[in-house]
Amino acid sequence: MALLQISEPDASPAPHERRLAAGIDLGTTNSLVATVRNGIPVVLPDHEGRPLLPSIVRYRDEKRGVDVGYAAAAEQARDPQNTIVSVKRFMGRGLADFQDERRFPYRFIDEPGMVRLATRGGIKSPVEVSAEILRALSERATASLGGELAGVVVTVPAYFDDAQRQATKDAAKLAGLNVLRLLNEPTAAAIAYGLDNAAEGTYAVYDLGGGTFDISILKLSRGVFEVLATNGDSALGGDDFDHRVYCWIIETAGLAPHSAEDARLLMLKAREAKENLTLHPSAAIVATLSTGDRVDLTLTADTFTAISGTLVAKTLTPLKRALRDAHLTLADIKGVVMVGGATRMPQIQKAVGEFFGQPPLTNLDPDQVVALGAAIQANVLAGNRSPGEDWLLLDVIPLSLGLETMGGLVEKVVPRNSTIPVARAQEFTTFKDGQTAMAIHVLQGEREKVSDCRSLARFELRGIPPMVAGAARIGVTFQIDADGLLAVSAREETSGIEAAVTVKPSYGLADSDIASMLQDSFTHAADDMVARALAEAQVEADMLVAATRAALTTDHDLLSDEEQAAIVQAVDAVIAARQESDQRAISAATKALNQVTGDFAARRMDRGVARALTGRRVDALT
Amino acid sequence: MIDFSLNHFELFGVPARYGVDVEMLERAYRALQNEVHPDRHAVGRDADRRLALQSSARVNEAYRALKNPVLRAQYLLSLRGIDAGDETDTALPFDFLERQLERREAVAEAAQVADERALATMLDAVRAEARLREQELERLLDHDNAWHEARQRVRELKFLAKLADDIDVAITATEA
Repeated sequence: MALLQISEPDASPAPHERRLAAGIDLGTTNSLVATVRNGIPVVLPDHEGRPLLPSIVRYRDEKRGVDVGYAAAAEQARDPQNTIVSVKRFMGRGLADFQDERRFPYRFIDEPGMVRLATRGGIKSPVEVSAEILRALSERATASLGGELAGVVVTVPAYFDDAQRQATKDAAKLAGLNVLRLLNEPTAAAIAYGLDNAAEGTYAVYDLGGGTFDISILKLSRGVFEVLATNGDSALGGDDFDHRVYCWIIETAGLAPHSAEDARLLMLKAREAKENLTLHPSAAIVATLSTGDRVDLTLTADTFTAISGTLVAKTLTPLKRALRDAHLTLADIKGVVMVGGATRMPQIQKAVGEFFGQPPLTNLDPDQVVALGAAIQANVLAGNRSPGEDWLLLDVIPLSLGLETMGGLVEKVVPRNSTIPVARAQEFTTFKDGQTAMAIHVLQGEREKVSDCRSLARFELRGIPPMVAGAARIGVTFQIDADGLLAVSAREETSGIEAAVTVKPSYGLADSDIASMLQDSFTHAADDMVARALAEAQVEADMLVAATRAALTTDHDLLSDEEQAAIVQAVDAVIAARQESDQRAISAATKALNQVTGDFAARRMDRGVARALTGRRVDALT
Repeated sequence: MIDFSLNHFELFGVPARYGVDVEMLERAYRALQNEVHPDRHAVGRDADRRLALQSSARVNEAYRALKNPVLRAQYLLSLRGIDAGDETDTALPFDFLERQLERREAVAEAAQVADERALATMLDAVRAEARLREQELERLLDHDNAWHEARQRVRELKFLAKLADDIDVAITATEA
């Protein structure tokens, strides 16, 4: 009799049973796909052996001709308007979000939700352009692995907001991929680094990509990767260094305004020079423009460091903030892992080394480490976990989520750096008697005023039974899943009326907005405190006036004429102070009204007790 | 998955005391997440994945409530039917309030001139005072069963925590 093989439940599936899974790093400049083979994560190269796929899509003709990667890159200076580079910068963004759209050669179309690009191949959304890149990577993986992918993990910058994450997930779906998880890029790098080095302790991951900057602080302990804090700037990357060099070329060579083709050519020369300066003290920049103008310059490392100094400095502020949020000091950081091609720049390594007081770790390929980490997680999520491979990842949300409350203020419901998944409910109530509907306005950002945060979604809870103001109990629940995506629901507790929305923001945060929003929240902290104090004083004044008027209507017989006149005068004083934007004046008037109505309130209370007791037997009270 | 009817302490299997063994709590938290985290159920059925999401969120919420000194005290009191989190009840001892208002003014002044050192000193002072209250709370809650006095201390601690947060924001503003 043949012996049947019974495998242990936890045992790794036999090789042929393994589900094919891949990790995808969808980068601003380059994208990669990686998988785990024989227990080792490897990047899958193209048929010419190149690991990177330039994140460039060219719409070649009116039909369906699309080039992705090197083929598109080769034509970009000749056909800049139909060759989309750095599309990641446009994900989940409207045209209004760009401060300098003239920096790009594209024909933008302003659409609600997300900007569109008019190309030779038709009008394309950034999601569609990204899907072309993902499709190319998927085909590469399928060909290399010899079968369909069961699922993928796609990485996103840790500082990406809800709109940008949703757009990324949509692009993957459009490319026909089953997304097992969206994974934060620095966290992916930490997995690859940590598992490779059996690291324990607290590490910082400094991730400067082509267009985004993230800093994450993680605690690695007994197989758990716990993100303590994350910060960043989702509109800062290697592209911006190229742009500085580009501006330097224009200025130094004294060039007149030029065509989109020449601009793209000079941007390419600028990037080339930047890359050359990694290993050499100077770089030659030679180009002939369509106008016949000739550029022949030498950029030294010192000059490059000088013209890019403010960009390097811009990455250090988020480092301080992340440390502060994690309640850590520099001495707590055991190592600094460098991620992203832009961290090859010597001035970056020097600045980061000086900041942390230790040389950064650069033993991993900064271009590949994110994809490798994503591949490791994809393998585990797909169910190919080997025995003993029981590490766990605990990540956070980068920006606070909240709701609009009275006075145009934001009440934070889930603060930044909360561990996901999160479900948190907050109770709100009605402001007016008989109020039957409530507008729920969901916001993301760190500032206190609604106008300074990004609006993610609005919806209404209707059918609240009419009650006196303050009696309704509206529970609003925020749920953030392991991809960092938000769903909001609201429920009136006494009646059970429900309304829900999955936040699919039609209008996400601007890259530049996120950066400046966090910047502003600290710069304007003092303003915010004043604004909040004023708004609170105004709300308090309004409530007190309303309450006093109501009391006067029902119980004015408890007052002498003089007393009543004094109260009316104090009410008028509050109303007058309320017109001005002076918190002190409003508070003083409110206080005066409180004082003058003190006795009145006591008398009304007595009457209330007397009314309540009327008709009850005394023994019922004992 | 997990038993949603358990209270936070029962969920982690730690004694319902203010003085928690942080390492024990952390170990229990990680062990639970290891089982229920959505990453452990990524290829499961929809219902399983939904349950994993809810369980994991519940574990995160419970962990946060027990790790934070203010929330932990509030939670312990709430188990006794005492509400220490009521935002509308702002009554605090006069001398306490007076001292904190003076502090707030000093913070605003230091923030105005971006005096990082002064702010850092004030933050240390506020945190030290908060720690004293935490020690007091441990005595009141774990030994004396003095719930109502504890409630007062929690509300003061909450006030101090908010002040510390505001100083933190002011310090960060000086770095910009």
